Amino acid sequence: MSDLFETPADNAPPLGVSEVAGAVKRTLEGAFGRLRVRGEVGRVSRPASGHLYFALKDDRAVLDAVVWKGQVGRLGLIPEEGVEVVATGRLTTFPAGSRYQLIVDEIAPAGLGALMAMLERRRAALEAEGLFDAARKRPLPYLPRVIGVVTSPSGAVIRDILHRLRERCPVHVLIWPVAVQGERCGAEVAAAIRGFNAIAPGGPVPRPDLLIVARGGGSFEDLWGFNDEAVVRAAAASAIPLISAVGHETDVTLIDHAADLRAPTPTAAAEIAVPVRLELAARLEGLGARQAQALAQGIGARRQRAADLARALPRPETLLAVAAQRRDGAAERLRAALGATAAAGRARLAARAAPLRLRLLRDLAGAASERRTATWARGERALGALIAARAERLAGLGARLGPARARALGDAAREVARGRATLADAGVRLEVAARAGIAARAERLGALDRLRQTLGPSETLGRGFAIVRAGGRVITSCAAAEGEARFEVEFRDGRLTLGR
Amino acid sequence: MTEAIEGLSFEAAMAELEAVVRKLEGGQVALEESIALYERGAALRAHCDARLRAAEERIEMIRAAEGRATGTTPAEGF
Repeated sequence: MSDLFETPADNAPPLGVSEVAGAVKRTLEGAFGRLRVRGEVGRVSRPASGHLYFALKDDRAVLDAVVWKGQVGRLGLIPEEGVEVVATGRLTTFPAGSRYQLIVDEIAPAGLGALMAMLERRRAALEAEGLFDAARKRPLPYLPRVIGVVTSPSGAVIRDILHRLRERCPVHVLIWPVAVQGERCGAEVAAAIRGFNAIAPGGPVPRPDLLIVARGGGSFEDLWGFNDEAVVRAAAASAIPLISAVGHETDVTLIDHAADLRAPTPTAAAEIAVPVRLELAARLEGLGARQAQALAQGIGARRQRAADLARALPRPETLLAVAAQRRDGAAERLRAALGATAAAGRARLAARAAPLRLRLLRDLAGAASERRTATWARGERALGALIAARAERLAGLGARLGPARARALGDAAREVARGRATLADAGVRLEVAARAGIAARAERLGALDRLRQTLGPSETLGRGFAIVRAGGRVITSCAAAEGEARFEVEFRDGRLTLGR
Repeated sequence: MTEAIEGLSFEAAMAELEAVVRKLEGGQVALEESIALYERGAALRAHCDARLRAAEERIEMIRAAEGRATGTTPAEGF
């Protein structure tokens, strides 16, 4: 049974676990003190406690590392898996886990290559998120009123920018001062971008319509803050169009990918930001002149065209010439046609008028005959009266004058003869005139003459009638005869005087 | 075309003015319309001129508290 209890080689009492752990801890810390370890960052975790745990490794070993919460913000580089870093800290143990670990207070990339590799990984991750998409880019305002500049208030950069802005077009500039290198750089730049975007329009601080994030040239590490993920995210999220101008033309930082436009230098950013006012004014002037000229030209061209068209218009005479000629021709034909029509009408009229004319003549002759008969009767009566008056006067003179009577009687007889001759002559002339005038009426005239003879006093006397005269008058009634003592009765062959 | 000129940005007004000039120079516009276009162009130009004349330099430094701009301080020496 004694085998059950190991007999120590010496009499030293056994150590407790904590004693051993404490001894190891002291030994380790004493032996190494502060040291720098180069390795690739392995798995990184940051639980709710705020402490940062990661592993440093090479191809054969792994070293646990931790950054206490309070130290994380001061790190120049937040470890990312796969990055080759140099971590500075002190080695210690974790007694509760039988482990040892490096308490890190500073991390730096292990050379440029490592940094570049890390940058590339970060860039690829952010790009995969879509933060660099072309569709996210906003157009820059053509003529910004207010420009927000995120940069260091000291140094040449802000002066260069302001100088170039002044040269081109005066503008309202708001400077948000930030650290442009060092540990605080990324956080401050990101905060400034967000701060500008948080300005509400119409507030006491004017909201910029363009942002410029600028820094002068420097080493890769100097510019490192502008590769900060927070900066990239702030730039990508900026509602205000943003120009990045970090370092020289060959320096590319991640903010350049997220910016709406990357300027090669801060001065170039100012050139991009505003147009040259004088050029704009000249362009405006030119546009004004061009539009005035275009209007004048438009009017001139129309005037010219109107004049050309007016020239092209045929003269009114020319337009009318053909019509006038046609009219003349028509008038000529009309005249001819009228003549022909009139001739034809005349011919037809003549054909119809021939019988008409005969009838008319006949009517005319009838009327003339009647007039002549009436004239004849009047002449007869007048002659009778004249003869009777002369005879009576003769008788009176014969009775009173005696011797003169014969002569007077002779005169009277001559006068009577002359009257008779005149009467006969008138009759003959009348006859001749009637005959000579209208031969065609001769027959009717003859008939009328016969009728006249029938009706005449001599014919009447021949048929047994007598003319009674008293006191030189023809007595035609008893009343006229009354009181008369002597009557003269004329028969066909002479006169007979009767006394009572 | 009928948008109020006062509300136009410099760039929009400039672009419209250029369009007006091109249209006028094209000579395809009826006379009545070309006169209306000209008047619009003249107004656009006046708007742009006024905007250019109004530009003046002012440089201020942001005062910030907790990431917010609380005011500005005139910046001198630049």
